[in-house]
Amino acid sequence: MLIRIRWLLAAVGLVLAVVAAVATGKAWPGAIAEVPPPAPGSFDKALVGRGEGLAHLGNCSTCHTADGGQPLAGGKALKTPFGTIFATNITPDPKTGIGRWSREAFFRSMREGLSRDGHHLYPAFPYDHFTHLTDSDLDALYAFLMTRPPVVAQAPENELIWPLQYRAAVAAWNLLYLQQGPMGSADRGQYLAEGLSHCGSCHTPRNKLGAEIVDRRYGGAWTQGWYAPPLNVHSPAARPWTPEDLFVYLRSGFSANHAAAAGPMSEVTRELAEAPEEDVRALAAYFAQQMSAAPAAKEAASLPDRSGPAGQAHPEGAVLFAGACANCHEAGAGMMLQGRPPLSWGTPLHEETPHNTLHVIVEGLHPAPGIAGPTMPAFGNDFTDAQLTEIAAYLRARYTDLPPWQDIPKAVADVRKGSIR
Amino acid sequence: MITLTVNGTTHTLDVDPETPLLYALRNDLALNGAKFGCGLGQCGACTVLIDDRPAFSCLVPIASLVGRKIRTIEGLGTAEQPGAVPAAFEAEQAAQCGYCIAGMIMRTQALLERNNRPTEAEVRSQLAPNLCRCGTHMRILRAVRRAAVAMGGGVQESSP
Repeated sequence: MLIRIRWLLAAVGLVLAVVAAVATGKAWPGAIAEVPPPAPGSFDKALVGRGEGLAHLGNCSTCHTADGGQPLAGGKALKTPFGTIFATNITPDPKTGIGRWSREAFFRSMREGLSRDGHHLYPAFPYDHFTHLTDSDLDALYAFLMTRPPVVAQAPENELIWPLQYRAAVAAWNLLYLQQGPMGSADRGQYLAEGLSHCGSCHTPRNKLGAEIVDRRYGGAWTQGWYAPPLNVHSPAARPWTPEDLFVYLRSGFSANHAAAAGPMSEVTRELAEAPEEDVRALAAYFAQQMSAAPAAKEAASLPDRSGPAGQAHPEGAVLFAGACANCHEAGAGMMLQGRPPLSWGTPLHEETPHNTLHVIVEGLHPAPGIAGPTMPAFGNDFTDAQLTEIAAYLRARYTDLPPWQDIPKAVADVRKGSIR
Repeated sequence: MITLTVNGTTHTLDVDPETPLLYALRNDLALNGAKFGCGLGQCGACTVLIDDRPAFSCLVPIASLVGRKIRTIEGLGTAEQPGAVPAAFEAEQAAQCGYCIAGMIMRTQALLERNNRPTEAEVRSQLAPNLCRCGTHMRILRAVRRAAVAMGGGVQESSP
């Protein structure tokens, strides 16, 4: 009942905001005139270089490049609870990309979420974060994008639930949630985290209308079926995240004091590997500060290895672990002798649900082609749902002192069917 | 004692339940088609089918296999009467040293049983977990295309 009332309130709020948006003329803003595509040589090379670093910090290509597609040419399907949105082509192709977008049109898209022709972009494009960018950073990004090789590629039509195919609904959303303007923070890490790197897009929970809940910033949230863990006082990390740990993790996708990045975060770390070092250090320092009051940072957590009791409680899990996992993860295994962290040091087993743990077991870890990184085979074909449940229960009992996970079979089903929650 | 069903035959084995399937196949059942490569699930030489899906048999404890259907290359016919996939690999001379080939064939078998009209990109991504050090990849791909035709389908050109 409570949920229905919340939905009703959300719906009423949206309707009122639509009315307000129409009344104030914000539902159908005007177009910004096309310009002749600027010559790549007209941009300062240093500015383009700075823009490239910023594009890595902003993870542009993760969403704007389709699997196997040309860089930044769009077409990637982004599954959201509101339907599937296809990322657009942001190469400077004059017809299908942003080749005829002026500097002003680009600035407006980043700050107000409007396409050059005036139609509303969906907030899957995180303009609610990019709105905080400085003129100087937007100029650099514009210079970078407009000097990329133009690619002819038309993004497919979005598939959205009613009434979101009416883009005026986004005007209402903007009235309710878009806080335009600069950050007013001198902290480079905070500026990047809340602006360009849009960390909250995954790590901050959203309300029914898909807006980030600001007073639960970095409180942990679901993204593409993975749980982006809290990056604040609620961090479930088993060991403290020092600025150096975080820097190495963000830069390489792996921390010898924690674990490997996986899921959507592995793409983020691949981008940050090519971002300016001082900016990644600033992000690391900012989030280490955010997590400095988390339990692991306050006291040395006890990190158990209870193979005996765990094996008694979950004998099938113990046998499966011994046959399938111990080769790499048991003390003394070849991988462990290379300094890889024990399973108790990683965050997933300490999270409230087993989803991330199960994702890694079922899908494995696969570095991008040509890139060295942590590797794990996928075990999805090897184990039945019941066996995955046993293994997850055993791991939780063996490597944490937390209560058992509730309803592991439901989590197994979620992971198997690719639920995006 | 653990009961395994391999290539349609039921076997009862007296081995440790955590024993990897590959060891049971080779040491206890004399099914030597699947090979030991890395023992870490990184090379694919040990690939067999479990419930028709490819799996690294070096990492599957036999305790997890009770009541499940295991298939190895020995189940795809004989040297005299090979099945469509091994016959295609032979016709294309896809093997050089041959160590990876049983795994390649099993992964191909799984793919083509599920979809005998895969795209070229699907074939390549499906076979990606299996490594070949001799460099016969182009012959292996030709063998997959031949096998797809023999199984009533064909590999489709990938869209650009």
